[in-house]
Amino acid sequence: MSSISLRQIKKSFAGLTILRSVDMEIEKGEFIVILGPSGCGKSTLLNVIAGLDDCDDGQIVIDGRDVIGLEPSQRGLAMVFQSYALFPAMTVRRNLSFGMEIAGTPKAEIVDKVAWVAKLLQIEPLLERKPSQLSGGQRQRVAIGRALVRSSSICLFDEPLSNLDAKLRAETRVELKQLHETLKSTMIYVTHDQIEAMTMADRVAVMHKGKVEQFAHPQSIYEKPASLFVAGFVGSPAMNFLDGRLDGAGRFITGDIAIDVSAYAFEAKQGAGEAGLGVRCEDIPLAEGGVPGRLPATLAFTELLGADALGWFDCLGKRFSPRLGIEAARAMKGEVGLTFDMGKASLFSKDTEQRL
Amino acid sequence: MSIAVATPIAIRKKPFAPQAARIGLYVFLTVSAIFFLLPLLLVAMNSLKPLEEIRQGNLLAFPVNPNFDAWVTAWKTACTGLDCNGVRPGVWNSIRITIPAVVISTLAGALNGYALAQWKSRHANLLMLLVTVGLFIPYQAMLYPTVKILSNVGLFRTYAGIVFVHVIYGLPYTTLLFRNFYVGVPDEISRAARMEGASFLRTFWSIILPISTNILVVVAILQFTGIWNDYLLGLIFAGNDNLPMTVQLTNIVNNARGAANPNVNMAAALITAIPTLVVYFLSGRYFVRGIAAGAVKG
Repeated sequence: MSSISLRQIKKSFAGLTILRSVDMEIEKGEFIVILGPSGCGKSTLLNVIAGLDDCDDGQIVIDGRDVIGLEPSQRGLAMVFQSYALFPAMTVRRNLSFGMEIAGTPKAEIVDKVAWVAKLLQIEPLLERKPSQLSGGQRQRVAIGRALVRSSSICLFDEPLSNLDAKLRAETRVELKQLHETLKSTMIYVTHDQIEAMTMADRVAVMHKGKVEQFAHPQSIYEKPASLFVAGFVGSPAMNFLDGRLDGAGRFITGDIAIDVSAYAFEAKQGAGEAGLGVRCEDIPLAEGGVPGRLPATLAFTELLGADALGWFDCLGKRFSPRLGIEAARAMKGEVGLTFDMGKASLFSKDTEQRL
Repeated sequence: MSIAVATPIAIRKKPFAPQAARIGLYVFLTVSAIFFLLPLLLVAMNSLKPLEEIRQGNLLAFPVNPNFDAWVTAWKTACTGLDCNGVRPGVWNSIRITIPAVVISTLAGALNGYALAQWKSRHANLLMLLVTVGLFIPYQAMLYPTVKILSNVGLFRTYAGIVFVHVIYGLPYTTLLFRNFYVGVPDEISRAARMEGASFLRTFWSIILPISTNILVVVAILQFTGIWNDYLLGLIFAGNDNLPMTVQLTNIVNNARGAANPNVNMAAALITAIPTLVVYFLSGRYFVRGIAAGAVKG
């Protein structure tokens, strides 16, 4: 277990800014997921932490020790690569023991450690095989084994599940989470898959254009996104948005309709100005006629998802997709009324794109 | 080639067409094989004839009394200038020069190529361009400066000198071949080795070299053939004590004293050619694999 703090990490390459000042405090034993679209700098950040890439500016402190300029092996961390990167000419056993051989670990200890990790990951029957004789899932286990075998206090993962099929990915996700519970090492996991982020992370860092937009518990990222980008990126189906203006007196004006936002918990003192209103599909209840704040909507089509359904409505010139029960969705047609649950909605400033 | 490509279309047109295409292919291959083998066969045949049979004027006839007398002469007693020891001393010189030169230029090329494939910056491309230019400069243009440099350091016309020259002249070629192979090896493998604490040299030795068998064989064969068959550099840089076989062979063939002995000349030529033939036969499998691997990975 180790704590890591990243302080104002900056990196640019060939005139392109990849990381523009990243700050993060990671506590001992945390499972951190770095989530973001491709090109947001998340893999670069991981390589910088690992020491495989240098950063232009900033500090990386692991357990109180500044590790800038140290080789990866001196930083006490291990890494699982996206392509697994097993050593092709070596058997699984040698893949696992190679790092310890270099470190000069005594033979008996190497044997014990390899046996321990092989048992932990159930790869004992594979030990004498070459990587080319393994399936994708088995290679992945060996790659994880190689990262765990030296009992490094920090484990880095670079999209380790993206080459697996959907079923195997779901299984390995659970296993990785259990491994973390058992080993209690600090783990940093990079992915673009929000389901992995939501299910595995103690905290998620959402990155966008080289900056951390929000660093929080996955549930609060879902419920209280800190910026328009996070709101749009996290969640499937995507959040529903409405453009308008706050009048400073507890109302959100869009067109000739005013929505009462007095139930909304503002982060700071409520001001007036251009704003965006975002609501998750679960927070758009249908409303009978006569309910205040009811918005007239026309059903375009419904998507049946098995457990529940999504209704796609045209409302105020936008598309809204409230989550519906299967029966209700089947029976629905024509004109209905929608309301927004303002206790769970999000308001963003149009200027700063930040949460209000 | 064109026949093989045309086959699928032929299948669609006529049921018996593939058969015809196949026959055509074999005819073409047989003719090509005869074309390339005929000179070798002629040389082999005449090397087995006594001198009288050749003097009778029919070079193309099969030997009437085949024997290895000419081979023995070529090996032991044919005159190369003043000495009459055959090509035998040249064999040992050629081996002594070729083996270290092949091993060093191949391994150094592998190390260079790996370093260049790892190093990603504009300077790397510039350096690569310079290496490629090194390939295109004709030997003749570099001869005089090389002679000057070697005499200044006392290596001109020495054993170490000739090995050194072969290694240096081979490096652009071997570096380029290995670099192109290693560019196709995923970067993450080297990065994973670095995470495990392996140094650059350790990574090269323990992880990269073991996956390079095919390209190693290809480069080693090309270097072996090139260095074994070299005449110019051997003539200039080896010095009288280290003259390789090719130089001895020319001396035998061009020997002004006495009458021409075509059978001995041909036997000497064959003896000189045998090692390269053997190398190709023994490693043909790897050679084809390595060439194909390089082709796919670019």
